[in-house]
Amino acid sequence: MASPERNAPGGEGLIDPAHDYASVTDKISAFVLTHRTPRGWFIGFGISFLLLMGLLAAVGYLVARGTGIWGVNQPVGWGFAIINFVWWIGIGHAGTLISAILLLLKQEWRTSINRFAEAMTLFAVACAGLYPILHLGRPWLFYWLLPYPNTMNLWPQFRSPLIWDVFAVSTYATVSLLFWYVGLIPDLATLRDRSRRRLAQVGYGVLAMGWRGSAIHWHRYETAYLLLAGLATPLVVSVHTVVSFDFTISIIPGWHSTIFPPYFVAGAIYSGFAMVMTLAIPIRSFYGVGDFITMRHLDNMAKVMLATGLIVAYGYLTEIFIAWYSAVPVEQYMAVNRMRGPYAPLFWGLILTNVIIPQALWSRRVRSSVAALFVLSLIVNVGMWLERFVIVVTSLHRDYLPSSWGMYYPTRWDWLTYAGTIGLFLSLLFLFLRFLPMISISETRALISKAEGEVE
Amino acid sequence: MAQIFHRSFNVLSRVSIFGAVFFLAALAWVFGTLDRSPYVTNADVVREQPIPFSHRHHVAGLGIDCRYCHTSVETSAFAGIPPTKTCMNCHSQIWSDSPMLEPVRASFREDRPIRWTRVNDLPDFTYFNHSIHVTRGIGCVTCHGRVDQMPLTYQEHPLLMEWCLDCHRDPGQHVRPRGEVFNMSWEPPAEPLQVGRSPLPDHDARQATDCWTCHR
Amino acid sequence: MSGGPRDRLRIDVARARAAMAGRDGSPWRGLEEIAGTPEFEEFLHREFPHNASEWLDPAGRRDFLRLMAASLALAGFGACTRQPAETIVPYVQPPEEIVPGKPLYFATAMTMAGYSTGLLVESHMGRPTKVEGNPGHPASLGATDHFAQASVLTLYDPDRSQVVTHRGAISTWNGFLGALAADMQLRAASRGAGLRILTEQVGSPTLASLLRQVTALLPEARWHQYEPFAHETETRAARTAFGAPLHTWYRPQAAGVILSLDADLIGCGPGSLRYAREIASRRRAEAAGAGMSRLYVVESGMSVTGSVADHRLALAPSEIERFARALAAALGVIGPGDAPGLAPAHEAWLRPLAADLQRARGSSLVAAGPRQPAAVHVLTHAINERLGNVGATVIRTDPVLPDPDGGLPSLQTLVQDMDAGKVDTLIVIGGNPAYTAPAGLGFAASLSKVKLSIRLGLYDDETSALCGWHLPEAHFLEAWGDGRAFDGTAGIQQPLIAPLYSGRSAMELISAVLGRPGVTGHALVREQWRRARPEEPEASWRRWLHDGVIDGTRPPPRDAQVRAEALAGVAAAGPGPAPPQGDLEVVFLPDHGAWDGAFSNNGWLQELPRPITKLTWDNAALIAPATAERLGLASEDLAELTLDGRAVRVPVWIVPGMAPGAVELTLGYGRRRAGRIGTGPGYDACAVLPGSTARAYPGAALRGTRERYPLACTQTHHSMEGRGLVRWAPLSRYAEQPDFAHHQEHGGPGPELSMYREWKYDGYAWGMAIDLGACHGCNACVTACQSENNIPVVGKEQVMLGREMHWIRVDRYFEGSIDDPMVHHQPLPCMHCEHAPCEVVCPVAATTHSDEGLNQMVYNRCVGTRYCSNNCPYKVRRFNFLLYSDWTTPSLKMLRNPDVTVRSRGVMEKCTYCVQRINAARIDAKNEDRRIRDGEVTPACAQACPAQAIVFGDLNDPGSRVRRLKEMPLEYGLLDEINTRPRTTYLARVTNPHPEMPPPAAPEAGGHGEP
Repeated sequence: MASPERNAPGGEGLIDPAHDYASVTDKISAFVLTHRTPRGWFIGFGISFLLLMGLLAAVGYLVARGTGIWGVNQPVGWGFAIINFVWWIGIGHAGTLISAILLLLKQEWRTSINRFAEAMTLFAVACAGLYPILHLGRPWLFYWLLPYPNTMNLWPQFRSPLIWDVFAVSTYATVSLLFWYVGLIPDLATLRDRSRRRLAQVGYGVLAMGWRGSAIHWHRYETAYLLLAGLATPLVVSVHTVVSFDFTISIIPGWHSTIFPPYFVAGAIYSGFAMVMTLAIPIRSFYGVGDFITMRHLDNMAKVMLATGLIVAYGYLTEIFIAWYSAVPVEQYMAVNRMRGPYAPLFWGLILTNVIIPQALWSRRVRSSVAALFVLSLIVNVGMWLERFVIVVTSLHRDYLPSSWGMYYPTRWDWLTYAGTIGLFLSLLFLFLRFLPMISISETRALISKAEGEVE
Repeated sequence: MAQIFHRSFNVLSRVSIFGAVFFLAALAWVFGTLDRSPYVTNADVVREQPIPFSHRHHVAGLGIDCRYCHTSVETSAFAGIPPTKTCMNCHSQIWSDSPMLEPVRASFREDRPIRWTRVNDLPDFTYFNHSIHVTRGIGCVTCHGRVDQMPLTYQEHPLLMEWCLDCHRDPGQHVRPRGEVFNMSWEPPAEPLQVGRSPLPDHDARQATDCWTCHR
Repeated sequence: MSGGPRDRLRIDVARARAAMAGRDGSPWRGLEEIAGTPEFEEFLHREFPHNASEWLDPAGRRDFLRLMAASLALAGFGACTRQPAETIVPYVQPPEEIVPGKPLYFATAMTMAGYSTGLLVESHMGRPTKVEGNPGHPASLGATDHFAQASVLTLYDPDRSQVVTHRGAISTWNGFLGALAADMQLRAASRGAGLRILTEQVGSPTLASLLRQVTALLPEARWHQYEPFAHETETRAARTAFGAPLHTWYRPQAAGVILSLDADLIGCGPGSLRYAREIASRRRAEAAGAGMSRLYVVESGMSVTGSVADHRLALAPSEIERFARALAAALGVIGPGDAPGLAPAHEAWLRPLAADLQRARGSSLVAAGPRQPAAVHVLTHAINERLGNVGATVIRTDPVLPDPDGGLPSLQTLVQDMDAGKVDTLIVIGGNPAYTAPAGLGFAASLSKVKLSIRLGLYDDETSALCGWHLPEAHFLEAWGDGRAFDGTAGIQQPLIAPLYSGRSAMELISAVLGRPGVTGHALVREQWRRARPEEPEASWRRWLHDGVIDGTRPPPRDAQVRAEALAGVAAAGPGPAPPQGDLEVVFLPDHGAWDGAFSNNGWLQELPRPITKLTWDNAALIAPATAERLGLASEDLAELTLDGRAVRVPVWIVPGMAPGAVELTLGYGRRRAGRIGTGPGYDACAVLPGSTARAYPGAALRGTRERYPLACTQTHHSMEGRGLVRWAPLSRYAEQPDFAHHQEHGGPGPELSMYREWKYDGYAWGMAIDLGACHGCNACVTACQSENNIPVVGKEQVMLGREMHWIRVDRYFEGSIDDPMVHHQPLPCMHCEHAPCEVVCPVAATTHSDEGLNQMVYNRCVGTRYCSNNCPYKVRRFNFLLYSDWTTPSLKMLRNPDVTVRSRGVMEKCTYCVQRINAARIDAKNEDRRIRDGEVTPACAQACPAQAIVFGDLNDPGSRVRRLKEMPLEYGLLDEINTRPRTTYLARVTNPHPEMPPPAAPEAGGHGEP
């Protein structure tokens, strides 16, 4: 099945047939080593960096004044912090999924997107990781959530899902980092060897950890990479399952539901792929790497989005059905309140953006239009954010006792913090594009060798 | 192409990679020790006082009972710091012109209280009650150490939560007959009190370790 | 925002205090001793900053906060918080009685509108920290109202006036006394001509006798009284009816049928605490059955009493008199010809009522409210006679107040004299007439005509601003005094602490007027009672002080009859013309929080949700839904209210169940000079208060402006949504199905269903039962809790965000039609669940389960994830979103309960069942080798509750009262369908409707358990 790819006119295949080993290496390493940094990069990085500074300001004021600067209140104790935490974690799913699971499934099309997908994962997890700490009333005591022998003879409370979060997220972050780094080693070596400047040589050299590309190196590398993939795979499922426990373990109507784990994971992959697409398409055109990230890639990702999107939609339906079927008045009220209550516009917005519009992906014409895919992926990102807002807020703002019902409105500090983490995410991404190979050189070459092997 | 790194870097990198583990361990140890050190707990630190009052002299030397000065120790949460009047009971006669005691006389003369520095100081969110400990047979020495041998008073124990809990969980090794509470030199009987079980018939370790027993 | 200036102010206060301390070692005495020093001048100018708001503006917090946060952060990261060195300051000469760490209790009394209530005040090392009721006092029986509870905050209020001022400049007491002596010589020359003394309604025998000495010594001098909510109408009615100003009080306990004609018996007024206890005693769960009393209320607003009535009829103020006349006729008190016709609906309401009253002859009670005209009071007296209630449920005695005529007429004569230039010296004692006097009277203008005006007051307020001299008054917890309860029983008011701000009491000032400036309040009171009870030995004086009550001082009942001619006169006078259709009648009331402005600067009361509206920090014009529809107004609309040609802009608030056509305004807001908290909020109702003795005025107009005015309401949703939250049934259903409460719930899991193993309780098992039949939502519990547990005030903005900190709240639900709803009150402290949802979700184990069943919240362990609060189905947890507790104001530090941690920001807190009291009792018990006795531990809320609706105790003790209550069939747990198994449970409410009455709302058919 590979040969038609090879012969097919550019776009349908996984890589432009014109490429050979040298050209691949030249092209990808050139972005990092020889090309002048484009003005666009500076502009983009500048904007992201400003947002990042906004985050610093918001956090500084938060520590000085207290959680009260946000919109959270009684009864809505969790607001933007948790919404954004879940959103970022969700986004952070695509990378590892692409790298690990698709690797194990021998899906070659992962090759040219996995590198920055993994990077994106790391950066998203970094953003996500900030929120649980910031949303504490006393952030400087976050380390009390870690089990360590202390002078109080106290341990964390292991029945609390928040503790599970600590482990799930930190493990996920660690493994993703290792996975990404190990994958980078051969390319780092390539950069080390090709760079002319001493500083770059030393820098990449240290990171390359003395990679010489000997057979034994490759052998060990392959094994390690495979093992890590095996390790990472269950994590992809576990992380968002555990995150969903934050809600399911509670007794709040709309949270207390067994559907959450699967439909959170599906949602996570959904949003993850949407984000990969959102990033892939501009990078592709900006750096002109359409010959590596081909239409075939975009098409596959679109299909994955369609599938996971449908799972998510099914989740919404189940929620409503169970609310009705349970015959529990508070549950029923919750469902009705979502659709008819003060936050109804957000709910219907979520249905529109997450369920209805993505159905366009059924059409091949949409899937083959880069612009359409880009817009769609953005819409899905918004939709998944709305989903988290609806889940967190609408359940809390009207629970058991009508006497203590209330409303939640985010303040400007909520928004600034959110924008700030986006800034953090993009800043890291720009640095990555500038200083590391955005596409795996070694694996792409492997792809070529494979293809050629089939031709001869 | 010239080598970027000297060959010694191989060793260096290996060492640094494995060394990291030990470095982290060391760091953890430092913190653990620091938290329990006098720098944090103020244990064994002699506090500056307006008058260099010697418990050794008054307790061991003159044999004055704790309760002569700390009057409310059996009835109240607060043991009580003697009013200037109590000092003057004796010092209007003896050492009545010693310069060391001038602050006491001044205080008495000008009706201005003496400002002592707290030696055993618990955090404000911890509510300690002397009376219950005294009636349950916890000796002064148990927490305050051999005050009768302190020329200048200092805090004997770290007063950390782990230290309190150690006894609240199993007071067995610390309780003594009610009569011996104020005895500075009481030694537990040869055969140790049965380990693990409190000699207090109604000591409820769960109650004694409930958060609200000390924090509210 | 306005943080800057306030920061500077605070620093200066500290510096000035330091300066003072430097002078005489006690910051709390003798401000004037350092008057004149530059730092003091500066301090003083900053001390009274107007429109600065202490708690109002969260963003205006102190820089101190930022520093602390930063240092905390460092400490946290360093993982080693080092304690700063503390000093211990023992006494020089130990005072008697005081054992450090043990509180003392002293009996005293608080006087409002002339009538006093006995109190027991807790004192820590000489600092009064908590007010409780005096069980031995007839007006208290151990209970308190929210005003008494909040009075300690007023005592320590940093905004209280602290220094003598003359024309705004600092002066001294000696300076004043000199000026006074000089002036008094002139007055003496003219036999007191030109001397006027204006007081509030005086209840104190000592003060009254001193004032009488003044008028005896200087016959031309006059003593006036003005009390915005005095009882002059009752007095006038009594004069008409009996020819003497007799005093009337009630014994509701003996009444099987009670009718209130616009009388808020339980809500406010003298004896309300006692009445609440007695009425509840025949309506609570234990009383449900044959002996249960029936409560009818006819009123225009929605009062606390009306909210718990079995039958409530909402009538416009003017219609209430017509109703009273019709009732009188129906009972044969006046001729049928003299009675006006009633609307058929009201007629249908009156018939069964009249029959019911007839049936309960001798054990019924009809009470008329202070806002009703004299005629209604006369008729009521006659009706009670006709029903044979006098002597049984209605007691008539000689006047309890020294001079019961105090009120508007007295003030009017004073104003006339001032305008006529007859007044040279005016001494204004207490009150705040410049604010509370009706706008029509022009008191302020006339006051400026007075040559020498002297004001003794707690605050440097509107009146002080107009007076030449301002003298700081001593708070009642700082001064000696005495007073009489609603039934005439006299009690001594003894001070708990020396005056913080060099204040002096009214009697000390009058003594100075009499030329005896040096005499202490103690001497005066002692002298008064030595004269009153010459034969008593010194020992009984000590006993009076200890008990707070002077035995044998209750005046004996008088069997006076309503004079026939009086009745005939009233009958002949007729009700007056019925108001035109769609007329608006304005009713003026004291505010539930600010009263007449006396408590405007009290944060606890400002933030106290009003019983029916649940509004805080503001007053609003309350109107009926029908009225709102007619005028096209909605809640929070800013409207312009016009009355007698005067106008004021007021926010509107719609109250279900109010009488169409009635508008309720409360005083105490729109203050111009009240302090950092009281200045500003709300609107000034006095601006439209006409100068007449009536309290209800027809012919008002309410016109909506386009603007809106946001109000801080703590409960925005009023329906139970068909969830069996408050469960109730009429007596008839209770009779056939005593456990009806259990059939009004949604089927849930049985208690045995749990994944965790059951807790075992070998020692105590604390629990609470709340009787919904007894609770009437008076809020005493809320303020008591706030005082006991150092609960901060958060300010209007934060309340609007839903961040109020009250540990116990009283939920109020409406049921039935919006025009005639049924009202339910449901106090909600922490439920202390057996399966507490909060416990399992806290990541750091900051909230855990004690072995006595308490759900413990440990502030110092809390990191503030707020997960527990999310997961609490009762939403009783409160989070310190910002630094709400005041950590800097020195005087407020003295207010704190030393047994309870003052919480910082970022930590969760909630009801603890007053664990500090439990621990104290446990330690005492262990020290005495015994168990805690039933009733030995009482949480603040239960202790304050006038109706004893809250009962607390040990569930493991078979003899305990709470155990007995929980075994009643009426007992049910809130939301028990989710199997949290709360320790706090409720006793369903049983109402006692008259079968022939138009039926009230039926219980919401909450749930599927319904048979």
